Amino acid sequence: MKKILIVCGNGLGSSFIVEMNVKKIIKELGKEAEVSHTDLSSAKSEAADIYIGSNEIIASLDDGKRTVFGLNNLLDNAKIKEILSNNL
Amino acid sequence: MLAKWLTADRVKIVEQTAGWRDAVRLSAAPLLAAGAISPCYVEAIFASHEKLGPYYVIAPGLAMPHARPEEGVITPGLSLLYVKQGVHFESEENDPVYVVVMLCAINGEEHLEMISHLAELFSDEDDFQALIKADTYPALNALIQKY
Repeated sequence: MKKILIVCGNGLGSSFIVEMNVKKIIKELGKEAEVSHTDLSSAKSEAADIYIGSNEIIASLDDGKRTVFGLNNLLDNAKIKEILSNNL
Repeated sequence: MLAKWLTADRVKIVEQTAGWRDAVRLSAAPLLAAGAISPCYVEAIFASHEKLGPYYVIAPGLAMPHARPEEGVITPGLSLLYVKQGVHFESEENDPVYVVVMLCAINGEEHLEMISHLAELFSDEDDFQALIKADTYPALNALIQKY
């Protein structure tokens, strides 16, 4: 099963909200994935298939090897749906 | 459930603020007054903004400043500041911000409950747009009562 990590600066506010939305969208799509949220520094040492976060945060995670998706608007569920349908 | 957290004394409407730091201070004021956070919580928010940028401006018009529980949270809480003229948080995509929801959380049930109700409000497109335009207390309170 693919693992999705939602990343934000502190790992407790916005990433948590996005995690809930991501879980809901995965269900709507009829797919399955493991979803969790964390802060930026923990994310650097945590392996995941897909990383999602705000553009500012994701830029410092993008090492060319990780699959990362940055969002301008973390509440843009249409965009999140597009990412998940194309990558799960 | 949001009404339990966003009581009348924790919802404030102002015409404008003297920049984003002032907006953060104003949204912290009711939580400081209630003893929910210590002054170092506000400093921690400023420090993380300087380090990571305005990542907590999560959507057009909406900022959710917060720091970590160990950075000065005494009891969980929320406050809401509405800035009628909007305020710039140095967020290219999401400025100006009208709604500033300050969050102070301690991991656990209450945190989960608080965030999930906020998520429901923020993720309903119509109500989110209504929130960004709700520049009167009755309008804000109607949304708070709904979630």
